[in-house]
Formats: sequence, structure tokens, C-alpha cells
Amino acid sequence: MAVDPKEFRMAALRSAGENHWTRRVSRHVARAPATVRLALGWLAVVLVVTALAPLLAPYAYEHVDLLARLASPWPLDGSTIAHPLGTDRLGRDVLSRLLVATQISIAIALLGTVIGAVFGTLLGFLAADRGGWIDETIMVLVDFQAAMPFLIIALAVLAFLGNSLVLFLLLMGLYGWEKYARLTRGLVLAAREEGYARSLRALGAGKGRIYGQHILPNIMSPLIVQITINFPDTILIETSLSFLGLGIQPPLTSLGQMLGEGRDYLFNAWWLCVMPGLVIFFTTLSMSIAGDWLRGRIDPKLRKDGE
Amino acid sequence: MSPRHLVSKLLRAAFTLWLVVTFVFVVLRLTGDPAQQLLPDDIDAQTIAYYRALWGLDRPLWVQYVSYIQGLLQGDFGISFRNNEPAFDLVMQRVPKTLELMLTAFAVSLLIGIPCGIYAALHRDTAFDRTLMTAAVFGYSLPNFFLGILLILVFSLTLRWLPSSGSDTVWHLIMPVVAYGTAFAGQIARFARSAMLDVTGAAYMRTAQAKGASPARRVYLHALPNAAIPIVTIVGLKLGEIIGGAVITENVFAWPGVGRLLTTAVATRDLAVVQCIVILIAITMVIANVIVDIAYGWLDPRIRVGAASASR
Repeated sequence: MAVDPKEFRMAALRSAGENHWTRRVSRHVARAPATVRLALGWLAVVLVVTALAPLLAPYAYEHVDLLARLASPWPLDGSTIAHPLGTDRLGRDVLSRLLVATQISIAIALLGTVIGAVFGTLLGFLAADRGGWIDETIMVLVDFQAAMPFLIIALAVLAFLGNSLVLFLLLMGLYGWEKYARLTRGLVLAAREEGYARSLRALGAGKGRIYGQHILPNIMSPLIVQITINFPDTILIETSLSFLGLGIQPPLTSLGQMLGEGRDYLFNAWWLCVMPGLVIFFTTLSMSIAGDWLRGRIDPKLRKDGE
Repeated sequence: MSPRHLVSKLLRAAFTLWLVVTFVFVVLRLTGDPAQQLLPDDIDAQTIAYYRALWGLDRPLWVQYVSYIQGLLQGDFGISFRNNEPAFDLVMQRVPKTLELMLTAFAVSLLIGIPCGIYAALHRDTAFDRTLMTAAVFGYSLPNFFLGILLILVFSLTLRWLPSSGSDTVWHLIMPVVAYGTAFAGQIARFARSAMLDVTGAAYMRTAQAKGASPARRVYLHALPNAAIPIVTIVGLKLGEIIGGAVITENVFAWPGVGRLLTTAVATRDLAVVQCIVILIAITMVIANVIVDIAYGWLDPRIRVGAASASR
């Protein structure tokens, strides 16, 4: 069968483009310092766990085995290889629980970050576009949110409205929206006056097209930077609330909930706290390291900034 | 800061407070009848009606709102249904303990963070700089509740050097302050370093060097006053996190402060206490923001002059 030369050229261009893109990423990663590569590796593992936790877990996370209570992690005294990270007060396998807890914590943080980013960015666009009293109202809300510690707002809402998974997710989505809104509003106001936006307006392009297809891609970098800053904070808020017993409720589990539960057994079963704690620590640490590096890649101007 | 600028700041602060107070009122009323929420489930309808009348819940909503605001202005935040004491008194009893913990941790982390950051900036790319910045990233990635538990595990349960809970002696203060202050010290060190680096590259620093000012003079009289402004900003911005941190730390170490009272009140749905703490925190935040604004004007003559000319 004869190959259409045009088709062939397009396919070659496409694959060259792909090559180019993957090559660029792998080159960046290969050139990154060892700490950054370690951090990215850990994050990749966490993402795989988030996607596949129940498949990876050797036991069901809620499986109780009262004969194997408080077994220590292998290879300490009183451990079995059947429970490499030990068991808890009900004989549940710590490794399995840890995998599922990681999945839930990370999934909530991811969802919360996405909700917050989308909601905040939309409000930022709205404020910049409409101006007037809509802009004023949104900015007053932004100031209000920024003035109150988020953990306190979350605690108050949980006290007033009671705890449910949906409410908790929405709360996590609320975290940080004001940062995206303020950032987006400023960026859009500036971008609107740039040559490309003005020429598009002159050409008669609709608002949706200008905002969605032209301005949004242009202001994406600072928004991504904001996401890398917000994501570890969202993990910390979720784990903190769950640690206090006011977030994720049993029988569901999360990293903070495991830690909070393990606290009562600190003296005779330290691993119940230390294992989930280490996962939280490694993840936020990796996010900080990878985020710093990414910020430097995306925008060299931001490289010297501490935040 | 010009009086006019100050007045507009104060008005804005008052507005934010009004928003918080209204938010609390609306959310409380939205969630249903407070009488039913505050009273135990197994109570009869007659008692509920009695309390509804007693608390004025049978009156129109706007009347309730006005009397709610009037009450707040007189320091009446309602009665804790658990202790049957005024919520305000309950909270105020706990405030000194929280302040003791918070101010100590705040002072310690500033005293460690700022000099470390500045020193690292002045010795950029040395081993000290790199070690310090690595330590700072580790410090602020470590969740305070996990650090607290690790400290208890090592220093209370294994070494038996320090008490794990309570607040009676100075020894009780050590671990909470470390758990609480480490993350903040790390952030401050990093921020102080970058603020200082921004300044050292400025033209006036070169001028100072060219005219023969000594290194000490350049650091203390030229660089530091300019680096102080972003540092004050970040300290002001972090205050919310510091208050949130107190809630967690007090819980880990059973420190009898406002944070622990808040989590107990949330868990038992003692709404009057929750409401009182939320409003008091809002007042604290608003006052702190006004202080940060005033500190700007004091630190930076340009803002002072600029604000005066901008407000005409």
C-alpha cells in the first residue's frame, strides 16, 4: 500500500514533536540534582499508590486479625514477614492501611487543590472581567478569607455543620482559593492590555475565546507555581484535621487519621505513628524540593524568591 | 502613616470583623434551630420551647441579629452548654497559657530564623548556606504534629528527660516550642535569606561599597533596614498559620490553652465556645494586620510619604 507522502510527513512531524517533548523532560530531569530526582521518584511512587492502592495492598485495609495484634515491623522482635510494617491494636496490617491511607490523603489533596484552583481562577477572571461591584465583592471575600486562619475556619464549619466526607472535600477545595483569585485577577488585568489581547479584540474575537484560548495559557506559569505551593499545604491541612479526629472518620482512613489513632499506642507500638508520619513528611518534603526546582525551570525570575 | 490612611485601614478592619461576626451568625442559623443543636437529643418539646423563648429564638431573625451584635459588643458570647459558664470567661481562662506557648515559640523562631537567613545570604553558596537551607526545607516540611510525636517518643518515652504533657514547669515548654517553632524558623530563615539577597544586589549597596563604607556598616545600616520590610510582611502573613499551629501543638502536648479548648468544643459541638474563639481570633488577626501596616510606615519612609500623597 502506497503511503501518502503528506500523511507520512505529518506522522514524522508528530513523532518528532513527541520525541522532542519527552526528550526535553527527560533531559531536564537527568540534569536535575540528585535530591530533585529522589523527590520526583518518591512522588511517582506516591502517585502509583494513589492510583492502585487496593491492588498493591497485601490485605484489605480494614481486615481485623485479633491473633496478630500489635506485631512490630519486620525484622524486629515479635514480627512476622507476613506483616512487614507490623499490625495495629486490632491486628490490621499497617502496610495495607498505609497504602490505602496514602491513596485517600493524596486523592483528597489533589481534588481539593483542583477545586480550589479552578474555583479561584474562575473568580479571578470574573472579577477582572466585570469590575465594578462584582470585583469589589470578590476582593472583599478574598481579604476576608486571607484574614482568617484556614484551620480555624475549617474547625468552625465542621463544628457548625457536622462532619461528612462531602463537606470535608468541599472544605479542602476552599483552601487557597483566594490566592488563585487574587493572582488571576492581577494577571488578567495586566494581560488584557498586552498587544496580543488588544489585537484579538480588534479582530472581533469573543471574550470566551480571548480569555480561554489566549490569556489563560499565557498566565499559566504563575498559576502552576501557586499550585505547587498549595498542594503540600493542602496535604498538611487534611492530615492535621484528621489527626485531631475531626477530618476523615473511621472506618475510612487517612494518613492523619492513622497517626492520630496510633498516638495512644506510642509507648508499645511506635510504628503506628512513625510510618504514616514518615509518608507525610517524605511527600511534603519531595513536593517542596520538586516545587522549588520546577519554579526555577518555569520562571527564572522566581528562582530567588523564598516562597 | 498619615491619619487618613490609618482611618481607612481601621474602617476596613472593622468591616472584616463585621463580616466574620455575620458569617458566624448566618452559618449558625442556617444549620437549623440552635436550641435543638445546643440541647441534648432526648429533651422534650416543652423544654425546647422554654429555651427558645429564653434565648430569644422565637423572635424575628433581624431582632435576633441586632441583639446578637449588642451582646458581642458587651462581651456576651453566650453560655457554654457543657460547663454552663459564659463562653467568654472559659476562653479567657485559657488565653495566658496559649500566649505563653505562642510568644515563646514565635520569639525563638525569629531569633534563630532571621540571623541564620541573613548570615546565609551574606555567605551565599558556602557549605553553611547550603546546609542551612537544606535544614530549613526539612524543618518546614515536617508537620508539627509528627515532629511533636517524634519528640515525645525520643525525649519522654525513651530517654525520659522531658514531660510529655502538661504545662506546669519550664521543662514542659521545651518540646511544644520546638515542635511548634521549627517549621516557622525554617520559613523565616529562607525568607530572610532571599530578602537579604535581593537587597545586596541593589545599586545603593554598590554605591555604599564604592564610597568606602565598611562591610559592617553596609550590612547594618544599608542592607538590613531594606530587608526588614519583606520580613515583616511574611511574619504578618504567617500569623494565621501560627494560630492554626497552636491548635495542633496544644493537642499533641495536652497543653491547656485555647487551641485544646477549641478542638474539644468542636468535637462536642459546644457552639457558643467555638463562636467565641472564632470571633476572638478574627479580632486578633485584624489587630495584627493593622500593626503590620503601621510597622511598614515606620520601617519604610517611602510608604509613609507615598500613602500621604496617595490619600491627598
